[in-house]
Amino acid sequence: MRIELQKRARVSTLFSVLSPLLALALTLLFGAIMFWLLGKNPVSALYSFFVEPLLEVWSLHELAIKAAPLILIAVGLSVCYRSNNWNIGAEGQFTIGAITGSILPVMYPAWHSPLILPLMLILGMIGGALYAGIPALLKTRFNTNEILTSLMLVYIAQLYLDWLVRGPWRDPQGYNFPQTKGFQIEAVLPEILSSGRAHWAFIFAIAAAVALWFMMRFMLKGFEVSVLGQSERAGRFAGFSARRMVWFSMLLSGALAGLAGISEVSGSIGHVQPVISPGYGFTAIIVAFLGRLNPLGIIASGLVLALTYLGGEAAQLSIGISDKVSRVFQGLLLFFVLSCDTLIHYRIRLIFAGAKTAEVKA
Amino acid sequence: MFEAILLTVITASTPLVLAALGELVTERSGVLNLGVEGMMIMGAACAFVAAQLTGSPYIGILAGILGGGIFSLLFGFLTLTLVANQVATGLALTILGLGLSGQIGEAFVGQPGIKLQPIVFPFLSDIPFFGRVLFRQDLIFYVSIALVVGINWFLFRSRTGLKLRAIGDSHASAHALGINVIRTRYLAVMFGGACAGLAGAQLSLVYTPQWVENMSAGRGWIALALVVFASWRPWRVLAGGYLFGAVGIGQLHAQIVAQNLGIVIPSQFLSALPYAATIVVLIIISHNRRTTLINTPASLGKPFVPDR
Repeated sequence: MRIELQKRARVSTLFSVLSPLLALALTLLFGAIMFWLLGKNPVSALYSFFVEPLLEVWSLHELAIKAAPLILIAVGLSVCYRSNNWNIGAEGQFTIGAITGSILPVMYPAWHSPLILPLMLILGMIGGALYAGIPALLKTRFNTNEILTSLMLVYIAQLYLDWLVRGPWRDPQGYNFPQTKGFQIEAVLPEILSSGRAHWAFIFAIAAAVALWFMMRFMLKGFEVSVLGQSERAGRFAGFSARRMVWFSMLLSGALAGLAGISEVSGSIGHVQPVISPGYGFTAIIVAFLGRLNPLGIIASGLVLALTYLGGEAAQLSIGISDKVSRVFQGLLLFFVLSCDTLIHYRIRLIFAGAKTAEVKA
Repeated sequence: MFEAILLTVITASTPLVLAALGELVTERSGVLNLGVEGMMIMGAACAFVAAQLTGSPYIGILAGILGGGIFSLLFGFLTLTLVANQVATGLALTILGLGLSGQIGEAFVGQPGIKLQPIVFPFLSDIPFFGRVLFRQDLIFYVSIALVVGINWFLFRSRTGLKLRAIGDSHASAHALGINVIRTRYLAVMFGGACAGLAGAQLSLVYTPQWVENMSAGRGWIALALVVFASWRPWRVLAGGYLFGAVGIGQLHAQIVAQNLGIVIPSQFLSALPYAATIVVLIIISHNRRTTLINTPASLGKPFVPDR
């Protein structure tokens, strides 16, 4: 038996919608098998992983907190990936954004002004954008592969943060804990509702997603992104510059990752510490693909991936499964999304040893 | 002193050389597998667990090779059979590998590992300096050197190697000549996976014989950069691997030397050196667009669907 692909005459709209759902279903199925192999009851394990976190108000707030950075980063990445620029260093831009945004509350803890918060957010975005500007500069000026440079910069950013909070930024009254002083109240991102911890980052995320959806759908810039991504040559004929697109997409995604970073530090943590992210920058890559690189789809997929973080914590408490299971889930999900996407462009045929041809799907 | 440093450089360089050699063969066939980090950590986990369970580091090595090789099949199926995007699939492989290896190794955290013992060549190992450096090493080191020679011969002196390079440069022409593109690429991907798995086994059986989550610490990505640095040539992979290994070890010694001299250099800055060096090296290698274009396999990263 072998598998053969046959190009569809036109892109299948049915499978464009169905493929992420199919991928989710397959991930759940494999998850159930995995739990069964670990000797747990698959139904109750999946229940505590994916349903329980949705039943209480406080955990819905946690969901919004975890989804916000994922969505913010992923919508920026979707523009990058659509234009064929592979920024995979969002984790680093997130970290640098958190650092540059925190300069004000760390250096001027006595500054009590309503101005401080907007300034922090802007500084965070600038920091993230500048850090993403490094691979952009190297790509446009020296022809260097942005995948490798942006990833190397992640390690450098994390080490820099580590040095800052253990060295110059450490709170002298902090009992030697490697963290800064807590931010003053004016520097903390406010909560949206009084019922829980969810803060303004979630609003930023939704706003960014809608704005970028509008850009991709209705503005010339969005068209430019898709044309240059699909064929640089065609873009050149239309007068679009691939070089400027590198800058545009990298700076945009860097700024959004930086905003996510400072929002996380200011809204969720309240001070700076050596580890500020459970890998949001990498998980956002999965979010972007599960959302089919569509900003509105990314809102939904961001919530799904946030659920895997929460479910991992919940399952650890209730049924004693390691929280590493959520990483496995995330990896599996991306695999299934990528394989299901094949169905959008191709029919899949199974060819058996004889000349008999069996059509399997649509 | 110098001899001791050289020995640690060899230990630090071997995994880089191995993983980069595997990726070199994969990329020469026109497939860009960004999942080296994931395959490496899977190899490390499988090797460590197998060695702990059986008590034999050699079974561990075998498990590492198999673990990396089988794991790479996942990438092969998606990118070759289902023509999924190679960049995205490689990232998926890395993410899944980091998660899965954490799961596999979890029960073994903190257990003292089994170190792979060196194989001492009689007589040769008694040669002063060279004997001790080159002929008292473990099996994986010898394999890494043999692979450099072997792959160089295979790619540039054998018929199959020529076919492999032809596929990497133009899969459509190779297909028209009747070469089985997909099958060759599957084999190249699996070879890359097996090498990355062996590199991982070296980490958990020789370099630091224990299981630590994420113990590959970006070495898979450095190996990817190394392939570009080596402009897809095995001997340059060997040279580059030792250069990168030396930077990694050099920063450790620099910390000690600076401490003795009373100079305070934050350890984080020195730890960042290998990553910064990778970026610098990439700039130096890639800035000349023409030589890059000549050296890069022309079909690298492009999907292939045979028309029938």
